[in-house]
Amino acid sequence: MKASTHVLRACDVTKVYGGTHALRGVDFGVAPGRVTALFGENGAGKSTLMKILAGIEHPTTGHVELDGAPTELLSPRDAADQGISIIHQELSLCPNLSIQDNLFLAREISGGFGSIDRSAQRATTTAILRRLEENLDPDLLVGDLRLGQQQVVEIARALLQEARVLIMDEPTSALTAPEVEVLFRVIRELTASGVAVVYISHHLDEALEIADDVVVLRDGQLVATSNAAGVNIRWIVEQMVGRDQDSLFPDRVPVVGDELLTLRGLVVADPANPDRLAIDDLSLTVREGEIVGIYGLMGSGRTELLEALAGRIPPVSGEILLSGVPLEDSGIRDHIDQGVILVPGDRQRDGLVQTMSVGENLSLAGLGTFVRRLFVSRERERSAVERMISDVTVKTSGAGASIGSLSGGNQQKVVIGKALLTDPRVLLLDEPSRGVDVGAKADIFELMAAQARRGLAVVFTTSDAEEALHIPDRLLVLARGVVVGEFRRGEITREELMSVSDGAAIDTAGGDAR
Amino acid sequence: MTSTRTTVAPPPGPATPGKAAAEVRRLSLLNGVFELRAFIALAVLIIVFGLLSDSFLTVPNLITMTKHVAINGVIALGMLLVILKGGIDLSVGSIIGLSGVVAGELLQGLNLGFVDLIAYPPVWAVIVLCVAVGMLVGLVNGILVTRFKVAPFIATLGMLYVARGIALLISNGSTYPNLGGNPALGNTGFGLLGSGRPLGLPTSIWIMIVLAIAVMLLLSKSPFGRWLYATGGNERAAELSGVPIRRVKTAVYVISGACAAIAGLIIASELTSATPQAGETYELNAIAAVVIGGAALSGGRGTVRGTLVGAFVIGFLADGLVILGVSTFWQILIKGAVIILAVVLDQGQQRFQRRGAAVSAVVASKQPD
Repeated sequence: MKASTHVLRACDVTKVYGGTHALRGVDFGVAPGRVTALFGENGAGKSTLMKILAGIEHPTTGHVELDGAPTELLSPRDAADQGISIIHQELSLCPNLSIQDNLFLAREISGGFGSIDRSAQRATTTAILRRLEENLDPDLLVGDLRLGQQQVVEIARALLQEARVLIMDEPTSALTAPEVEVLFRVIRELTASGVAVVYISHHLDEALEIADDVVVLRDGQLVATSNAAGVNIRWIVEQMVGRDQDSLFPDRVPVVGDELLTLRGLVVADPANPDRLAIDDLSLTVREGEIVGIYGLMGSGRTELLEALAGRIPPVSGEILLSGVPLEDSGIRDHIDQGVILVPGDRQRDGLVQTMSVGENLSLAGLGTFVRRLFVSRERERSAVERMISDVTVKTSGAGASIGSLSGGNQQKVVIGKALLTDPRVLLLDEPSRGVDVGAKADIFELMAAQARRGLAVVFTTSDAEEALHIPDRLLVLARGVVVGEFRRGEITREELMSVSDGAAIDTAGGDAR
Repeated sequence: MTSTRTTVAPPPGPATPGKAAAEVRRLSLLNGVFELRAFIALAVLIIVFGLLSDSFLTVPNLITMTKHVAINGVIALGMLLVILKGGIDLSVGSIIGLSGVVAGELLQGLNLGFVDLIAYPPVWAVIVLCVAVGMLVGLVNGILVTRFKVAPFIATLGMLYVARGIALLISNGSTYPNLGGNPALGNTGFGLLGSGRPLGLPTSIWIMIVLAIAVMLLLSKSPFGRWLYATGGNERAAELSGVPIRRVKTAVYVISGACAAIAGLIIASELTSATPQAGETYELNAIAAVVIGGAALSGGRGTVRGTLVGAFVIGFLADGLVILGVSTFWQILIKGAVIILAVVLDQGQQRFQRRGAAVSAVVASKQPD
């Protein structure tokens, strides 16, 4: 390693959360004036590594070097003071504050006597937004902006700090293609002035386009570094997956039965913003034994669709039928009892009860089936839980183990196992492979296929193009609440999928501007 | 903390795995000690007071102190359920006052103006009605929290004043001096709740034991208990798993109201009089007992056993200090310090647990595959 050329470097960094290794002995450095693209599957440790470089997390072992000297980044603020700023994957804006208040949060321009110099802040905000070609009033509330605009504000905030190292963790997940072009122009301006940029994106082609250097993480380890000019997407994917990609996706010949789940003209409002429609007039039929994939980006309505099916959000209008019979709709419990259950996308927030054991988490949704008279029958519960632990291949020391001691993939299997213990007919999974290592990912896809073979209808969402192309028997492309394409497996290529999805985003963005 | 850090921080050398394994053992031992901290605290209290005072460790004194503990214990059992849900119930003290006043009013004779009659309900009916009143206040708490999305702290703070106000209005601010009843009217026997000693133990202690067993069964055996722990641990996950979170949340306030009303009846019966001011600040003692017993105010963590030990720690501490003749002012200060210490130790245990998990993972990864 040519340590001297690196402005910021992680040296032999290991990070452990609970019982899970997020990073194992990673050496990663960024050079001034260059864009380093960091690749890796969900759960490979990219975000954790960036959080350590930005002072948000502290390494369990190993250290961080700044300008070749070991340093301890005590807090995000400390890192920012040393010239490191980060654009988060999850937006970290305060929706109740205006654009300028967000931009200058904790860095307010003083106007003397403890007051804030609002006109100076406003002028700077306007200038930065103009540089990003986003014509927004600095006094607008961030909560009133659409997701893509919020992401631009997040980027603007990082630019404002005039950092030497700028970390961008999925900065474009909600941006349209023209907005991405603007961002790339700004990034090139920054590197020309000597800023080191780290770029993370699940759009591999996009990241490769802007990158000078390429680094690949897999299962918390650094597996490859290269100059961007010498590599192509295929090489990157191979490094990321670490094996022949086809083995990740089970071969399957679907045996489909009768129509099971039918949606007619489903309209769902956005729970965060009831004036907006998350799903606009969607019709769909899923048969027994069929796996349907829904490909869409953040804000496409994919989560709201599944939550409406699971009974969490009541639809505005439209019908949900199960074997031709309208679903009685009075909430989640009813849907579960009728055989429709959701494996939520954010397993920490929506899937698991951290204070309960593996076994208690598994039995939670299907608890009613273990009740004998008034009480839960321990024997019935234990035998069902133990059977499920082996069915979904959870690696754990036992049903009594704490849920935090499991790795992300095993936690996800517990959430799926919990759903299966309700004996569902329709299994809904929101991004089931998010934050899961490669091995567990293959297990989860195999599980989905096994459930389909048993005659379940499986509906899942994904933002990963490879998954979208290989896992589902039928793929719907969702953009802004509307289905913009429907394909059978093998019907389209990766490039076609990208162009369908991006094209729709541009069209609808144009429609929005009216 | 420093030593923990330096053991783990250096880059992995040949000695690290053994060292880290020792670290894991040390942490799990410490964790075990911390787990028992409330019991240890109680044992220390009993030993210290026993050495300092001849009268402390006598059977009559222990029974008297346990009788005091029982009142707080009964309230704390209800409070435990609310705290497991991640809520708080500040209205229990006022429910104690209200329940006593309602008992007083009923035993003195209920004036049914519209039929020109005075009703003297039997004692069992008085008890049922008082508990129902407590449950009603709890139901209002629950509806405020679940339907109107009022924060539990605010909803129950409001009901603290409302229930106390109703108690004062019913009684017109005065005490019901004699709850003995009248043999001619067939409503005697209320005093037995306070003065009765079935099998040699005061009734209130039996009530606490029965309630504790009931709550223990509810928490460990029934689906409701599991739902409650899940709701307190992660409400969103519980909801998506089909747990009826609104019903669970409402139910805990109703149960807490019932427990408080029962405590109010015990107090009124022991004094054979009821005052609308009864039970003021009792909610704080109950919260303290639950917290000392290791429950997390954020919800999802806590046990009946711990809560009872917490109630004993608070009760024995207070009575022990009185026996030793420590000034009231010092008693108050010491109680506060004990509560803070309990929570600080709890945080320490949480840290040990996390640290232990992280160190074990490092050790596991160092082992050859």
